[in-house]
Amino acid sequence: MLFLLYILLLSLCHRAPAIRLPSNNSKTPFLLRSVCVSLHLISYHLALLFFRRVNSSKASRDSETMATKEDVQDPRIPKIASSIRVIPDFPKPGIMFQDITTLLLDTEAFKDTIDIFVERYKGKGISVVAGVEARGFIFGPPIALAIGAKFVPLRKPKKLPGKVISEEYSLEYGTDKIEMHVGAVEPGERAIIIDDLIATGGTLAAAIRLLERVGVTIAECACVIELPVLKGREKLGETPLFILVTSDAA
Amino acid sequence: MFAAENGLKGDPRLEAISAAIRVVPNFPKKGIMFQDITTLLLDHKAFKHTIDIFVDRYKDMQISVVAGVEARGFMFGPSIALAIGAKFVPLRKPGKLPGKIHIALKFLGFFVVDDENGNTVIIGKVISESYELEYGHDRLEMHVDAVEPLERVIIIDDLVATGGTLSAAISLMESQGAEVVECACVIGLPEVKGQHKLKGKPLYVLVEPSGLDEFC
Repeated sequence: MLFLLYILLLSLCHRAPAIRLPSNNSKTPFLLRSVCVSLHLISYHLALLFFRRVNSSKASRDSETMATKEDVQDPRIPKIASSIRVIPDFPKPGIMFQDITTLLLDTEAFKDTIDIFVERYKGKGISVVAGVEARGFIFGPPIALAIGAKFVPLRKPKKLPGKVISEEYSLEYGTDKIEMHVGAVEPGERAIIIDDLIATGGTLAAAIRLLERVGVTIAECACVIELPVLKGREKLGETPLFILVTSDAA
Repeated sequence: MFAAENGLKGDPRLEAISAAIRVVPNFPKKGIMFQDITTLLLDHKAFKHTIDIFVDRYKDMQISVVAGVEARGFMFGPSIALAIGAKFVPLRKPGKLPGKIHIALKFLGFFVVDDENGNTVIIGKVISESYELEYGHDRLEMHVDAVEPLERVIIIDDLVATGGTLSAAISLMESQGAEVVECACVIGLPEVKGQHKLKGKPLYVLVEPSGLDEFC
């Protein structure tokens, strides 16, 4: 009993305990000394084992909020990745455009894409799926329908007919705005923001600011594709980002 | 034809859908009573009804392509496509679809047919069609490899007014040898009531616009 308590104490300390061995000068018989040493060593290693197990489960919990494809790759991902067409020099020279229209033509890959997002967000208290114009409108509504959430389009200026709130963001040259209808969302709601691709992260960052201004919590941003070389993730601050496919082409 | 005249008369889902659509007067310009479907998208039940009605209608019709007109057609089309096992093809405003080859190809002997009044223009790998809108005119584009000859297609948009946009979409499809089985819209303006066909193709509409004055 005492032995177990000892191990518990050691593991709680999260530190290798100093093992004090019975001194050679003591009158304790050799056998007893050996047993003591052995017990110390065993308890030390058990404590270490326990500590390590706690650490690794914490690590895997952390990585769950990041792109899960890094842990155990979902077998559906390679097919999704291969269905995306790369078009060079569009919309301008030097840009390798990631064309998801070919993904939409592959019924299995498109279904898998939506399924992966739905499995991730169903039952998590998400009441709002916000989609960025226009390709976010393709992925957002099927997800919203499947998880029982509202779909809220975030649009370019002057497209929404009613009263709107706007958020400005920087482009390579100049600025642009995204807009949302007043009253589309309520304070306290939990949202995910969907777009097909995150590049510099400017649009998504603006979408986050827009929704947070009206008291909505962004549970996560979700995109099919990330171009990590453009470091878009950094613009998202505390908001987690979930990605299916990364592309080094930028 | 309107859904109520085609087997869904008295269906409570149609009422819920109609009630969820908001009218915004004088948008985008004075005199237009804009039918705003964003409020329908906020009403999960009504949005689901909308998709379910279209899916029930098309799931056994061997449709292999659902084409959606940018941008509001994108909000309805993909869900229908996923449920019936069809491809989704976006029909986009000019310059949005990648893969477009510039008009300079004309000089390389590419066949180009251009007409002021809305005839098919072939520009490299993207074909486009210009058309008259309820308020103005615009152009619609599609990837040439998106549909194959003889594929059965439905074309989705949120609303049909004059039918100009849908006519252009039909032309694009037919230029690729695909068969347009039906055009489907959530809302149909009075101009199309009684018009069961659009460019010879059937038209299926769920509801009439809300908030308009009754015409005699």
